[in-house]
Amino acid sequence: MASVAARMADRLERWMPKIVIAPGFLAILLFVYGFIIWTAYISFSKSRMLPNYDLIGLRQYERLFQMDRWNVAFTNLLIFGATFILVSIIIGVLLAILLDQRIRIEGAIRTIYLYPMAISFVITGTAWKWIMNPSLGLETVVRSWGWESFSFGWIVDQNMAVYALVMAAVWQSSGFVMALFLSALRSVDQDIIKAASLDGASTAKIYLRIILPSMRPVFMSAVVILSHLAIKSFDLVVALTNGGPGYSSTLPANFMYEMTFRRNEIGVGAASAIIMLATVVAIMVPYLYSELRGSKNV
Amino acid sequence: MKSLKLALMGAIALAAMPLAAQAEPVAEVLHYWTSGGEAKAIKELQQAFEKRGGKWIDAPVAGGGGDAQAAVLRSRVLAGDPPAAVQIKGPNIAEWAAAGALGDLTEVATAQKWDDILPQAIKDVVKYDGHYVAVPVNVHRVDWIWANPEVLAKVGAEVPKTWDEFNATADKLKAAGIVPLAYGGQPWQDATVFETVVLGIGGVDFYKKAMVDLDEEALGSPTMVKVFDQMRKMRDYVDPDYPGRDWNLATAMVMRGEAAMQIMGDWAKGEFAAAGKKPGVDYICAPTPSEGGYILNSDSFAMFNVKGEDKKEGQALLAELILGKEFQETFNLYKGSIPARMDVPMDKFDACAIKSMEDMTAAAKNNTLVGSVAHEIAQAGAVRGAFLDVVTAHFNSDMSSEEATKKLIEAINLAK
Repeated sequence: MASVAARMADRLERWMPKIVIAPGFLAILLFVYGFIIWTAYISFSKSRMLPNYDLIGLRQYERLFQMDRWNVAFTNLLIFGATFILVSIIIGVLLAILLDQRIRIEGAIRTIYLYPMAISFVITGTAWKWIMNPSLGLETVVRSWGWESFSFGWIVDQNMAVYALVMAAVWQSSGFVMALFLSALRSVDQDIIKAASLDGASTAKIYLRIILPSMRPVFMSAVVILSHLAIKSFDLVVALTNGGPGYSSTLPANFMYEMTFRRNEIGVGAASAIIMLATVVAIMVPYLYSELRGSKNV
Repeated sequence: MKSLKLALMGAIALAAMPLAAQAEPVAEVLHYWTSGGEAKAIKELQQAFEKRGGKWIDAPVAGGGGDAQAAVLRSRVLAGDPPAAVQIKGPNIAEWAAAGALGDLTEVATAQKWDDILPQAIKDVVKYDGHYVAVPVNVHRVDWIWANPEVLAKVGAEVPKTWDEFNATADKLKAAGIVPLAYGGQPWQDATVFETVVLGIGGVDFYKKAMVDLDEEALGSPTMVKVFDQMRKMRDYVDPDYPGRDWNLATAMVMRGEAAMQIMGDWAKGEFAAAGKKPGVDYICAPTPSEGGYILNSDSFAMFNVKGEDKKEGQALLAELILGKEFQETFNLYKGSIPARMDVPMDKFDACAIKSMEDMTAAAKNNTLVGSVAHEIAQAGAVRGAFLDVVTAHFNSDMSSEEATKKLIEAINLAK
């Protein structure tokens, strides 16, 4: 009798993790992967105002790529994504290295740099909208200081508006990248550094040749986190430029929203969502694959 | 069938008598009027409905100018449980009707003689296949110039009556260092100005051909090129900070005398009123140059297919109240628009509203009343979006007028 109970308890213990995880697993299976499949199906259908399950092949994709607005949005994503990730990492690493020099009140400074991360993109966007507005913000202030020819009108210039987005996004995220790298810098084996400096390597050389290369995994996490921030960027655009001037700073997420919820074009919206997903997959899978395989070989 | 009709009429008559109906009329109303004068206005309707013994279920969806509401509506209809009345407008009504989701208001409409009191342009919107499926609430005029007379006086000008005059006045203002046109660079505002220019330069027939029928010949015609040329000129008349500016901030520029004029629908009046400005004294409202044209924007409630006697009664009562003279007056006084029916006494309204009503009545008679594209009356979401995209792309870049007309045709064909 006792042994039966014990076996039951044993079995329960073995099954417990699976039972606990099952609801969450099922929910994700349905609400994430299930709806990805649904969206893919819709993107091949002739849905407009209401979902419609008649398939029409690639027609929605053809329409999508003939739309000027989509091509602008997609190019913007590439520009925005690349510059945002690159600049955030460069600034983040520099800040981390500078903070790593055992300076005073490091805690306070670290907090100041990290704090923008605690703000939502909507607030960042609104604040930067005012800062970058030529007649309210920076331009007026600098001119009132006497530099009359100063001009900073990115946000009202259709060629530069996307860089205005980059600027606000970098301000928000580089502190986070800094924190990421700072913790990694702190965990670098001090003996190697000592050995290198005994051998006469300069500080710059130690960072460039030894410390940073040893932090490959941190670069990877930074890129993964920043690129998903870039691809899902929506609120920043809404708050900062609202896609303007014209639609020159719109991003694919905004395009998707506009088509699906404002223009009764669910099919085109779904097609754009699938292209966004495909972009993520196309960039991230090879990268993850090479990085994960690389780390196994080390 | 006839007896059923009679029974229904009886039911409506009963519902009309306070506390007399056995089944309490119920109406769930889905709307996005959640702020300011609009919220007050919808409250009026709720009170009137309850006074007549109805049970009002309020379903406001805040935000997004109706985008959020559209998502709610879509899921409710797909789930087979639509609300009784939903605030939708323009061709969206026809799209829902084509999907078979809307009820039939013929009974109320016949009893209340809607055919005699509504202008044709509005009937085109709220009728589907000969049946009334929606009730219009108001009319906003889109083609207005809001001008600051003091600023115009500085260059000895008056509100322009032709587009040539407009350009001449604007040049004078610019030379005097005044911003001629207060402008908000958002796609819908670009399109608002664009359609007034189409109406002014092309005339009513051209507007109907190009904007309503989407006739390719008209869209690619030299007249359309001229319209884009005028838009390019307007670009010189706005200040450099215009991109992204909200319309009410542009209105404030006119109020403060920083700019001379704004082209905007009559919701701008609310901003002037809130600042305590008087029409004719502190600001002037005048139609944008055109030959008797009138671009209208109208909100309406579409009545969905609901099940159950109480809900149907509620719907009929609601429809009757919405188009009733009393509600049309109170609501539109709050909202700053004018009644959708043409027989409401206008003595409580301000000068701009009275002018708007006179012009609408005249335009309805002369058949020069047209629906707005920028505000989704003449075209549904997709085609309207195509207009917005091209107009805003042209306005914000150095695109030539010829290229803009070409792109306009392409974009519209894609969206159709």
